[in-house]
Amino acid sequence: MADIALKGADSGARQHTLDVVFRGATWFFAVFVLLILTGVIVSLVAGALPALQHFGWGFITSSDWNPVTEKFGALPAIYGTLVTSGIAMLIGIPVAFGIAIFITELCPPWLKRPIGTLIELLAAIPSIIYGIWGLFVFAPVLQSTLQPLLINTLGNLPWIGSLFGGPPLGIGIMTAGLILGIMVLPFITSVMRDVFETVPTVLKESAYGIGATTWEVVWNIVLPTTRVGVIGGIMLGLGRALGETMAVTFVIGNAHRIQSSLMAPGTTISATLANEFTEAVGDLYLSSLVALGLVLSVITLLVLTAAKLMLLRLQQQAGR
Amino acid sequence: MKAKTILMLGAMLAGLGAVGSAANAAEISGAGATFPYPIYAKWAEAYKAKTGVSMNYQSIGSGGGIQQIKKKTVNFGASDAPLKPAELDEAGLTQFPMIMGGIVPVVNLPGVKPGEMKLTGPVLADIFLGKVAKWNDPAIAKLNPSVKLPDQAIAVVHRSDGSGTTYNFADYLAKVSPEWKDKVGVNTSVEWPVGLGGKGNEGVSAVTSQTAGSIGYVEYAYALQNKMTYALMGNKEGNFVAPNAASFQSAAANADWKGTPGYALLLTDQPGKDSWPITASSFILVYKKQDDVATAKAVLDFFAWSYANGAKMAEELDYVPMPAKVVSLVEETWKNEIKGADGKPIWTGPSS
Repeated sequence: MADIALKGADSGARQHTLDVVFRGATWFFAVFVLLILTGVIVSLVAGALPALQHFGWGFITSSDWNPVTEKFGALPAIYGTLVTSGIAMLIGIPVAFGIAIFITELCPPWLKRPIGTLIELLAAIPSIIYGIWGLFVFAPVLQSTLQPLLINTLGNLPWIGSLFGGPPLGIGIMTAGLILGIMVLPFITSVMRDVFETVPTVLKESAYGIGATTWEVVWNIVLPTTRVGVIGGIMLGLGRALGETMAVTFVIGNAHRIQSSLMAPGTTISATLANEFTEAVGDLYLSSLVALGLVLSVITLLVLTAAKLMLLRLQQQAGR
Repeated sequence: MKAKTILMLGAMLAGLGAVGSAANAAEISGAGATFPYPIYAKWAEAYKAKTGVSMNYQSIGSGGGIQQIKKKTVNFGASDAPLKPAELDEAGLTQFPMIMGGIVPVVNLPGVKPGEMKLTGPVLADIFLGKVAKWNDPAIAKLNPSVKLPDQAIAVVHRSDGSGTTYNFADYLAKVSPEWKDKVGVNTSVEWPVGLGGKGNEGVSAVTSQTAGSIGYVEYAYALQNKMTYALMGNKEGNFVAPNAASFQSAAANADWKGTPGYALLLTDQPGKDSWPITASSFILVYKKQDDVATAKAVLDFFAWSYANGAKMAEELDYVPMPAKVVSLVEETWKNEIKGADGKPIWTGPSS
């Protein structure tokens, strides 16, 4: 009897120690993330400081990028980053939405799993493979089919015509945007599918019961119930598109210029870093590249903040 | 490229296998340029098999190589562009050329075969400046009376990544075109007035071969292995020469190595009637004053062995070995300049 009591007290003490250790460890891990993040930001700012001091705001507004005369401006890279991600979202969101709706609402049960798995497999393809495929397969196809078509049709329109001007080069901003669109698909799709599946069947069936069409159910029931998750998925995809490096580097044409045509070559922040970091000799050059990295971090931060604010406003509206 | 990749993989595997067995043997390390990596790796593999000394080379890029040797984290650095004598002196470094390659303009014009198109430096510069924008421009037509030139825009393709290839190519254009020198200049990457950027030789070659009417520049090995349509170049003497080992060697042999301090010399636009005008060499950087005499000697022994025995391996990978004349000059430099803490030369001749 005494033995048992003793044993119990002993294991209780041990469990207590384990508890403390465990709590300490989780605390440590959580703080560790903060430390890493702070470290990255501090070193980015420190590295970027020489360039930012040298160029001032001109670093953001200038479109020069001349390693010979050491004049650096981030505008073409910022422009390319935003435009390619914009195209990616333009393609990715509707397609992902369509796939997610198909899988959750319309798909015969036996097909659900294969399609879902295939979409997720898209995410498993390394980005360098997308780049090589884009350069050797996708770009030549675009060059001989879609691009001439766009140039001959949309290119002749007033206003937006200049967006589709110039020779079909195959590689350029548009190609990069399209590849990014494919790359963000699995992220947006799987989040959308998961949140669509959380919509209570009762809600949907009541709507169907009063004679709503599938579209009406999706638009009036599914989307409003899940918009927080949907926006989260879109932001996840956007974050990936903004930072994607390798695939973009291969197909964007890497020219530090802002041109009106979407077919023209351009560059993004991450592509510039990947291209030029290894052979960048000279302190100002290196510092300017680090400053580009800082700009990208700030853009991502702004996007995330905007998403959070949007969600807050949506929740407030829903509360009313 | 395929052959190079396989060799690189082979060298890496060999390196992995060797880690355990060669714990006692000396080890030397270097870092820098990516262009000579396959041949350095091959030499290292052969040298290791013969002497047991292993050489570990990280191909992180010339900029990284220069930084690492300055921080003394490696025994030697490697750069595709030579450092200026002032920069060498400031860091206490000496440099020497180790291996050569050629840079070749390649075109994609339907019906034009390799070696049919002739170009001169100034015309090439004008094409890359965007001044000569069509293939039937009189400047090109005058050089190529027998080639049927289409009324087609020229798509210029350049390297998007910083590279020694671009450095040498831009240096050549700056030597032959004052306008290029003023407007664009020379660096590992430059502000291109026109054109598309491809990442690496493989990127430039892919974009060039997919875009009809394009012109780009790639390393010789690349043009050869991909059977690309190279152009003949007019050299300093006004001869049109084809890119090959002989014309690269001619450029190196005719260059004024002796009169150039620190061998800070680019092999572009060199004299000699057979010289290819866009030849490039890759450089090794070591400290003049060495604290660790044994390692420094091992480094120089490796390079001496590679000069003496590495020519055939270099040619197999489409690199061009340095001419004997240059090698003996370099070895003389080692004797005179690279010394231990006691002031005695470290390397006095090939060890048996």
